[in-house]
Amino acid sequence: MKLGFLVDLNLCMGCKGCEVACKVENKVPLHSWRLRVKYVDVGVYPETRRTYTPLRCNHCEDAPCERICPVSALHYLENGIVNIDRERCIGCAGCMMACPYGAIYMDPETNTADKCTYCAHRIASEMMPACVVACPVEANIFGDLDDPTSHISRYIMEHQKNGGVKVRKPEKNTHPKHFYVGGGEVQLNPLAAKREEGYNLFNKITHLDHIGGH
Amino acid sequence: MVEHTVAATNAIVTLDVPIPQVIWGWMITLNMWAKSIGTGVILVGAYLLARYNDKVGDQVRLWMPIISFIFLNIFLLFTLLDLHQPFRMWHIFAYPHFTSAITVGAWMATVFTGIVFILCVIAIKKYLLKKECKLEKYYDPLLKIAVVLAIPVTLYTATIMGEATARELWQTPTELAQMLLAALLCGSAVFLLLGGKWSYEVKRDLAIILGSSAFLSFVLYMGEYYFGHMKAEEVAAILAYVKEGGVYHVMFWAGQWLAFIIPMVLVYFSLKSRSSSLLYLASVSAIIGLYIAKHVWLIIPQLLPLS
Repeated sequence: MKLGFLVDLNLCMGCKGCEVACKVENKVPLHSWRLRVKYVDVGVYPETRRTYTPLRCNHCEDAPCERICPVSALHYLENGIVNIDRERCIGCAGCMMACPYGAIYMDPETNTADKCTYCAHRIASEMMPACVVACPVEANIFGDLDDPTSHISRYIMEHQKNGGVKVRKPEKNTHPKHFYVGGGEVQLNPLAAKREEGYNLFNKITHLDHIGGH
Repeated sequence: MVEHTVAATNAIVTLDVPIPQVIWGWMITLNMWAKSIGTGVILVGAYLLARYNDKVGDQVRLWMPIISFIFLNIFLLFTLLDLHQPFRMWHIFAYPHFTSAITVGAWMATVFTGIVFILCVIAIKKYLLKKECKLEKYYDPLLKIAVVLAIPVTLYTATIMGEATARELWQTPTELAQMLLAALLCGSAVFLLLGGKWSYEVKRDLAIILGSSAFLSFVLYMGEYYFGHMKAEEVAAILAYVKEGGVYHVMFWAGQWLAFIIPMVLVYFSLKSRSSSLLYLASVSAIIGLYIAKHVWLIIPQLLPLS
C-alpha cells in the first residue's frame, strides 16, 4: 500500500474548510499550519482571476526531511506516510531546512518539528484524513496509489493526458506522493508569483521572525 | 507592450499564512565559525610541528590543543543551544540515523573533541609540572588521529548544507571547499596572532596559507555571485538578496572585504616588505570577516519562500 493525495485545483474554491478541519483535528497551534490554502491572483485588471492552492506535506518517496533527521524522528510508515515522532525529535530544524516545500513547522508548544501526517491516526482507524472529509466539493482525493482501482489511481489515469497531473518541484527528485490536477506554474512554483509586502488580504504579516519557542 | 499583460507573468500572492523566515540564525553561524577555528588550529598546527618543530614546537604543542578545545566547546555549546529540545541531544547517540550528516558530524565531532581534550591535558600537565608527562608518548599518535578527524569534522557542515534540499544555493562540492578554506584561514590567522616572536620564515608560511585561503574562498564566492544566477532560478532569486539593492548587499560585501580582500592585500604587502606587523591586522580582519561572510551565506537562502 502506498497512500497518496491529489487535489483537483479546478474544483477547489478556496473555502479553507480543509485548513480549519486540519487545525481542529490535529490541534495545530496558532501561527502554525500543517495545511494551508494559498491565494494567487493572476492577470492584469480587468482580466484577472484568483487561484487557490492547498499546500501540505508531499510525503515524498525520497524525503529530504527523513534523510536529514538525525534521530529518525521523521520516518516512513509501511503505507508510505512520512510520519513524525515528536517524543524523538530534538528540534534541530534540519527537516525544516531540507523540505523544499516548506511543509514542516516548529511547534511553539512542544518545541518539536511537526507536519501533515495525512492524519495517520485517522487512517489507522480506517477513516479519511480530516481535510478530505471537510472538503465541500471533493477536491481532495486520497487513497492507495498501488491499487489501480482506487479513486485516486483512476483520477490520475483519467487526467494524466497532456501533463494534466503535476507535482511540486519535480526537479528536486523527491518523488512526491501528492498530486495536483489543473495546477499551473503560478500555483505550484513559489517563484512564479510575487509576494509583496502589504498586498495580502486580511493580514499584513507575511513572515514569521520567530521560529518555535526558542 | 502586450507581453506585460500575459496572465502568468502577473501573478501575485494575495492571501497566505505568515511563512517562517530564518530558521538557522546566528547560533549556527557561530557554530560554523568556531568549528573553523577549532579544526583549523589543529590542521595548521600540525603543519607547523612537521615543518618548524625545532623553532615553534613547544608553543604550538601547548596552545594548539587549548585553543582548539575552547573553540570546539563554543561550537558544541551553540549547537546544543540552537536545538529546540537541547535536553534530548542524547537521542543522537541513542537513536542515530546515519543517513543524516548531522548524526555523522555529531559523532565525529564528539570523538574529535575527546582526542583534543586528551591532547590538552597532556600539554597543560607538561607545562604546569615542567617535566615530561606519562601520557606524553601518546601526544603525537593522538595528534595524527586528530588531524585526520579534523578534516571530516570541518567538512561535515557542508554535507548538512548539501542535504538541505530546499536551499539550492548550497552545493556540497563548493561548500566543502569553503569549509576547508575557512579552517585554514582561521588556523593560520590564530597562529599569526599567537606567534609574536616567531621567525619571519614561520610567519611567511602562515601568511601564505592565510592569503591563499582568502584568495580561493573569495574566488568561490565571486563565482557564485557573478555566475550563480545563470544556472537556476532559485539561485538567482537568492543571490538577489546580496546584489545591489538587496537587503544583505552591504553585509555581504563587508564580509568579503574583511574576510578575504583586506587579508589578501595585507599579506601581499607584508610579504613584499618582509614585515610581519601587517599580518596581525590581516588575521583579525579575516577572523571577524569570516563570521560575517558565513552569516550572510547562511541566511540568504532562508529568505526565499518555499511554497
